[in-house]
Amino acid sequence: MNEESRTVTTIAQEKDTLGDFSFPEHHKFDAGYGLSESTIDYICDVKGEPDWVRAFRKKALGIFEKKPMPTHWATQDLENIDFDKIRYYLSDGEKPKRSWDEVPDDVKETFERLGIPEQERAFLAGVEAQFDSEAAYSNVKDAVAEQGVIFVNSTEGLKEHEEIFRPWFGKVIPTSDNKFSALNSAVFSGGSFIYVPPGVKVAHPLQAYFRINSENFGQFERTLIIVDEGAELTYMEGCTAPKFETSTLHSAVVELVAMKDAKLQYITVQNWSSNVFNLVTKRGIAHQNAEVRWIDCNIGSRLTMKYPGVVMKEPGARGEVVSIALANDGQHQDTGAKMVHAADNTTSNVVSKSISVGEGRATYRGLVQIPKHLKGCVNNTECDALLINSKSKTETYPAISVKGNKHATQHEASVSQVSEEQIFYMQQRGLSEAEAMSLSVNGFVNDLVREFPMEYSVELKRLIDLEMEGSVG
Amino acid sequence: MSLAITDLHAEIDGNEILKGLTLEIPKGEIHAIMGPNGSGKSTLAKVLAGHEDYQVTEGGVLMDNQDLLAMEVDERSRAGFFLAFQYPVEIPGVSNANFLRAALQARMPAGEELDAVDFYKEMRSRMESLGIDQKFTGRAVNEGFSGGEKKRNEILQMTMLAPTYAVLDETDSGLDIDALKVVAEGVNAMRSPGRGFLIITHYQRLLDYIVPDVVHVMADGRIVKTGGKELALELEEKGYDWVREELVVA
Repeated sequence: MNEESRTVTTIAQEKDTLGDFSFPEHHKFDAGYGLSESTIDYICDVKGEPDWVRAFRKKALGIFEKKPMPTHWATQDLENIDFDKIRYYLSDGEKPKRSWDEVPDDVKETFERLGIPEQERAFLAGVEAQFDSEAAYSNVKDAVAEQGVIFVNSTEGLKEHEEIFRPWFGKVIPTSDNKFSALNSAVFSGGSFIYVPPGVKVAHPLQAYFRINSENFGQFERTLIIVDEGAELTYMEGCTAPKFETSTLHSAVVELVAMKDAKLQYITVQNWSSNVFNLVTKRGIAHQNAEVRWIDCNIGSRLTMKYPGVVMKEPGARGEVVSIALANDGQHQDTGAKMVHAADNTTSNVVSKSISVGEGRATYRGLVQIPKHLKGCVNNTECDALLINSKSKTETYPAISVKGNKHATQHEASVSQVSEEQIFYMQQRGLSEAEAMSLSVNGFVNDLVREFPMEYSVELKRLIDLEMEGSVG
Repeated sequence: MSLAITDLHAEIDGNEILKGLTLEIPKGEIHAIMGPNGSGKSTLAKVLAGHEDYQVTEGGVLMDNQDLLAMEVDERSRAGFFLAFQYPVEIPGVSNANFLRAALQARMPAGEELDAVDFYKEMRSRMESLGIDQKFTGRAVNEGFSGGEKKRNEILQMTMLAPTYAVLDETDSGLDIDALKVVAEGVNAMRSPGRGFLIITHYQRLLDYIVPDVVHVMADGRIVKTGGKELALELEEKGYDWVREELVVA
């Protein structure tokens, strides 16, 4: 292979890894631009939803319209979202397929280029692949299904498993939690519904992949995961979108429920293109001695606002957030964690690492609440920031409210910098500027990456390398 | 084959520091540059390495007939140029082993992977001969190292990367006599017909242990005197003022 053709292949592979490609749209169902009651009726009719869901959505729309943009504390950039120029529902009207052979060619090729079927064969217990508003593929391996594990999309969840779905739906994150949880509640489509029966320990991860293919589109998946007593699950999500001229909105709501002694780990490797507004609400409830763990990697997007939370509702519950955020030029990662201690002897741990490159901006917001009447609660918060070149910005807003004196909390924060002198030193040893930056970034997040399943840590390292290459131009 | 510097002029923020420096280091030779503070010795090292703060306004540098100044910093390194820093930089989070591995990997042809087992074997044996504790493999590059440890680490990197031309910028500064001997042994062990060295130093002491073929005296951005190893001793005895006075007389 000559140098030129090698370069062309490399660029194509990189574009695939970053998800920067798309296919022409051919949607059978398109709710059109803008949001009103008729948009909601359209979505309900297409999906054939029961009346309680229609009522739930309409109530949410009212709340969304009433709530102001949270620009009194968050970035003014939110004002640049034009809700009238977004399409809220796009689908081809097909049911999710259980075999990749039945998935339409362009959709199948999309996910093949993103490596999903390959990962499924290699190490996953089940996969759901969402294309715009609906899942195109959904399958769980027989051995897992035979244990009674339910893994379907939210529409199927609310229709076919209402008795498990409905008691928890909207209970972990109420519609009125924030403007974007209300928006999601009004127009949600897709996302996963998972139920793991008591005592079932799902050995391999379940994975969902969220793909935006259409321009001027909003993706609003809704995920609810219930892990029953003594059960265990690891769930992973990945997301990409092509680089469009206009901005795209992704606003998900993810609710997790871990019953007594359950363990639930939710891993996100997000790699949005730089025009996506990514405004996501994620929260879990941990019952007695249960553990909810968020591992959250935010790469890409124009603006990400995401603060995964855990409500430790019963004694002995544990909550953890491990997060990595990489803000490149023109990007703002506004991330953090919420830890609400609502019972004695509950433990929470937050480890956050952010990297700001060029003019990238990273913000950490942390909330820890331990009320006065409790005892034996422990919180540990550690947030570290790495700045690559002097124009980068990093801000930390910890809000720790600890009342009473029978608790232990610890907060550590650090800021370090990759200076031009460090880059020069590494380059003098033969590393390109991008390699030098990648090495610094990977070194900085290395101890967190070890927490990932191996396949994902390799993927994450590759994404960091590509981001750094892109930032040097 | 040589590292040939011809009439080199370089400036920083509009101030000319190198004012027509000419010097040729043939392969196989060790040259030393001595000179008072502010004579431009460290600037020469940084210009050769390609530091972006310095602008070359005139002259050129050929490394084995390749235009060194036309190359990027990392290209120069991969082409065989090495600079042992006067102030080695700390790189938090990046272990010594990973750093060296990445530097060696960057020299491999595309698609080829460095053999990890061979790499660790070689690194361990070189660390041992430089008296560097094996624990240092896992520690972040230069982070929290003492002055002596940093300089030894520079020599370790040099031996691992096996450059064709190496510039040592005041490697002796801040070293006690034991560390100085270890560093000198490291350099002497690398002496070979296929390699040239430029040792920048303020003091003659290092040259007791690394015996140079040629000694240059630098003042005001130029080489003002060149001689054999005995020139270093003469300088030590008479001081730099002697050179300055000679210059004025000349």
